Amino acid sequence: MKTTPIIGLEVHVELETKSKMFCGCPANHFGKKPNTQTCPVCLGLPGALPVPNNKAIESCIKIGLALNCSVNRLSKFDRKQYFYPDLTKGYQISQYDQPFCSDGSVLLDSGKKIGIERVHLEEDTGKLQHTELNGERVTLIDFNRGGVPLVEIVSRPDMESSAEAKEYLKKIHEIIRVLGVSNADMEKGQMRLEPTINLNIGGKYTPIVEIKNINSFNYASQAIEYEIKRQVEEFEKTGVEKSTTNKTTRGYDPIKKVTFLQRAKEEAKDYRYFPEPDIPPFIIEEDLVEKLRLEIPLLPEQAIENLVSLGVEKKDAKILISNQNRVAIERLKSLADDPEVNLKKMASLIVNGKLSTTGDVKAEYLSLTKVGTTDRGELEKVIREIMASNPALVDQYRQGKVNLAGFFVGQAMKATHGSANPQTLTKLITELL
Amino acid sequence: MKQLHELTIAEVHEGYRKGDFTCVDLVRHFLNRIEKYNPKLNIFLALNDQALIQAVAVDREIAEKGITRDLLGIPMAIKDNFLTLGLSTTASSNILKGYLPQYESTTTRRLLEAGAIFLGKTNLDSFAHGSSTETSDFGPTLNPWNTKRLPGGSSGGSAAAISAQLATAALGSETAGSIRQPAAWCGVTGFKPSYGRASRYGVIAMASSTDSPGPLARTIVDTALITNVISGKDPLDATTSPKEVENYPQFLGKKDLSGVKIGLVKEYLLPTMREDVKQLILDAADRLRSLGATVTEVSLMDPKYAIGTYAVISRSEISSNLARFDGIRFGHSREAFCPESKRRILLGTYTLSAGYYDAYYKKAEAVRTKMIDQFTKIFKTYDALIGAVSPGPALPVGATKGQPMFGEMEDVLLEQSSVAGLTGASVPCGFVDDLPIGLQITCDQFQEKKALMITDCYQRNTSYNLFPDLEKTS
Repeated sequence: MKTTPIIGLEVHVELETKSKMFCGCPANHFGKKPNTQTCPVCLGLPGALPVPNNKAIESCIKIGLALNCSVNRLSKFDRKQYFYPDLTKGYQISQYDQPFCSDGSVLLDSGKKIGIERVHLEEDTGKLQHTELNGERVTLIDFNRGGVPLVEIVSRPDMESSAEAKEYLKKIHEIIRVLGVSNADMEKGQMRLEPTINLNIGGKYTPIVEIKNINSFNYASQAIEYEIKRQVEEFEKTGVEKSTTNKTTRGYDPIKKVTFLQRAKEEAKDYRYFPEPDIPPFIIEEDLVEKLRLEIPLLPEQAIENLVSLGVEKKDAKILISNQNRVAIERLKSLADDPEVNLKKMASLIVNGKLSTTGDVKAEYLSLTKVGTTDRGELEKVIREIMASNPALVDQYRQGKVNLAGFFVGQAMKATHGSANPQTLTKLITELL
Repeated sequence: MKQLHELTIAEVHEGYRKGDFTCVDLVRHFLNRIEKYNPKLNIFLALNDQALIQAVAVDREIAEKGITRDLLGIPMAIKDNFLTLGLSTTASSNILKGYLPQYESTTTRRLLEAGAIFLGKTNLDSFAHGSSTETSDFGPTLNPWNTKRLPGGSSGGSAAAISAQLATAALGSETAGSIRQPAAWCGVTGFKPSYGRASRYGVIAMASSTDSPGPLARTIVDTALITNVISGKDPLDATTSPKEVENYPQFLGKKDLSGVKIGLVKEYLLPTMREDVKQLILDAADRLRSLGATVTEVSLMDPKYAIGTYAVISRSEISSNLARFDGIRFGHSREAFCPESKRRILLGTYTLSAGYYDAYYKKAEAVRTKMIDQFTKIFKTYDALIGAVSPGPALPVGATKGQPMFGEMEDVLLEQSSVAGLTGASVPCGFVDDLPIGLQITCDQFQEKKALMITDCYQRNTSYNLFPDLEKTS
C-alpha cells in the first residue's frame, strides 16, 4: 500500500532586537546572570503594561516578506492563556486570528513549493532550571528570556520526507540569517523546531503526532524518520486512524534516537484567546511594507540566481551564498564585466580555497591563471574573427590610433573567457594588426 | 472662617501664600482627623509615614520658590489599587496583603511630581470588583453621612475620604461607575476622564479596556486641576492617547451655559426609580435651562443591554488579569481570593472558553461597537447627556449579600458611558432621606473640557456641595 508522510513544521525564532518585545530590558539573554534583565513588565508585576517593540514587528514583517507572505493590513495581539511557572502573567501575548503575515511559501531545489500558513510574533517565556540546592531537588526560574521577541513560522503540512523537511528548515535558517534579524543559533536555542507528522496509508490517515522542542536539523530529520517507521508499525498493529481527540505530543531522545510519548489523548487545548486589551490593534500601511521590502537584502535563492547569471556555476554559487562569503560575492560581482576574468573559474578557485579573497583578487587570479592559452594558432583564429567583424577599427588602428589595441585584447579575452595568456595575446594582436 | 479640612486646593494655596498655616499644619490636621474618625469609617488601609517629612520639605520649597507646582502641598488620599513605591498596596485583597510595590504608578508619579503629598491608601472593593466597598477583604468603608449606609464603590474609600474631609483631594479609578457612583453616594464631586486620557500603568488592572484613573474632590474645579496633572500620553501605556491635554482649569468659571445643548436621557429615569430622585434630576435639568442651556429629552439604548455587555467584557478581562496571582509569587495562595473575585474569574473563564467565546465575548464586543456608534451620533447634536448617577441614594450596609450582580444593577446608568470610553462628572444635586444624590454630566470621549465647564457652571449655581458633621453622624 502506498504510504505518504504528511509533515508540517513550526519554527520559533528569537529575534535579536536591542530590547524585549514589550519592555525596555535587553533582549540578549544568553549567558547572563539569572534574573538580572527583568522589570515590572516582563516579571508581570501588578499594574505593569506591555508596550510593543516596533523594531520586532518590522523584523517579523521582513521575515514574512522574505517567505513570500502577504502582510495583513489589520493585525493585533491576543492573550493566549495557560498556566505554567515560567509564564509570569498567566497568559502569553501572542497572535491568534490576525497574524502580521500569512500565506507564503518556500521553494525547494526540486521546484516543490512548501506553503507557509502564517508568520506571527509573540513573547518568549522564562526558563526553568531543574537542579539541586542544599541537597533538595528544586526548580529555579530565570526570567531573563521572558518577553524576548519570538517569531513563529508555521508551514502547511506539505512535506513528504525527512529530507524535504530538512531542506525546508535549512532554507528558513538561511533566510533568517541573511535578513540579519537573528543569528538563529540552534545551540543557543534561538531557533527551535517542532515537526508535526502523520501518514497517509492508502487513503487512511494515522493519528497526528507533534514532536516538541528540537534544536538541530539532524535531530529533526532523525525524529521524523523514526516517527514514520513507528507510525507504520503502529497502524499495522492497531489500525487506529486520526480523530479529533487522538493527537499526541512526543519528545525526541537524540541518544537513543527514538521519540517518546509526552502527552497522550490530549483534549483540544483551550487557550481562551481574546484580543490583548492593553495594546491597540495595528494598521500596517502599504508605505511601511514597501520600505521594509526595500530593506531586505538579497535572499539566498535570488542571490544564487544572480551569481549563476554572471557565469558562476550553481554548485559554487550555493556554497558562496550559504557560507555568507560576502567579500567573495562582492569581488565576483565587481569583476563581472572584466574581460580578463573568467568568473566561473574564479568562483571555483575561491570555493576550492585556491584563491584568497583578502588581497588583490584579480592580480592573484591572473597570476594563478596566467599559464592560460599560449596556443598561437588558436588565439590567431580568435583575433582574426574579431578583426573581420570590426574592419573600421582595424583601419583606425592602422591610421595611428594604437590605443585601440586594448579593445582587441578585451574582445579576445572575452571570447576566450579569459583563458588566454595576456602576454601572448597582446603580442599576437600587435603583430596581426 | 473655614477650617483647614474644608479648604479647596486654591484655598490651601492661598493660605500657604499668606502664611495663614503651613503644609505641616495641614498634614498634621488631617492625620489627627484620620486618627479620630478612621476607626469608625474604615477609609484608610495604610498611612504614609513620610507625609510629615514631605510636608516639611514643601514648606521649605514654598519659602524658597513660592508655589510653582500645581498640587504643591495638597494632601491626597490614594485608592489602594495604585502602586505606590514602598507604600503598601493591596487592592483590598488578602492575596496582596503586605505587598510593597517596586515601582510607582504613572498617575501617582505625576501627582507627586506636581507636589502632592499622599496621606495614605484608601479602601475599595477587593480588586475593584464591586460598587459598595463591601467586598473589601479588610471590611467595608462606611458612609460618612450615615454609618449604616455604604459609600458605594469601588472607589468608596476615596469618596468617603473627601466626604469625611480626611484629605483635600483623592484619587480613584473607574471601570464602570467606580468614581462617579461612590462620589454620588458620598455627596462629593467625582470626575471620570475618558479611557486613554490618564495612564493605567501601575494600576492593578480590573477590566483593562475600560479602567480610567480620575479624581474625587471638594469641587469640580479641584478635579479639573488634578485631571490636568494626570492626563496625557504615557510611553508605558500603549492605550493612552497622544491627543494634547487642554489646560482644563482655564476653561472654567463660565457665566452661563448659553448655546450648550444637553440631552436628558429618558432611559436613565428608570421606571423603578423613586419619584423624589427623579424629581431632583428634573430640577437639575431646569437649573441648567435657567443657566441658558437647551435641555431636551433624548433616547439611548435600553440600559439593560449595558449590564450584559459590561458584565461579559469585564469578567473576561478580569479572569485573565488575575491569572498572574497564581499562588507562586506575592506570598499568598489563590485561596485568598474573595468570593466575588472567584465568581468573576469563573464567569470570565467561561465566557472566553472555546465554543462560548462567540456567543458571549464576541457578541458583547459587537454591542459595545453599537453603543459607541450610538454615542458618536448623539454627540453630533448634543454637548452633554445628563441623568441620575445611581437609581437611588446609598444603600444599607449588607445590601450586597446574595447579590452577585449588585454592582451592575447599581451602575446601570453609568455602564454605557464607561464601555464607550466617555468622560463625565458626578456632581451633588440634592438629598433624599438626608442622603446625597448625584447628577451625571457625560460628554463624548476626550471632551473633558466641555464636561468640566458645564459641571462647574452647574456647581457654582447650586448649593448641594455639603459635607456631613462627623460628630453627629451615626
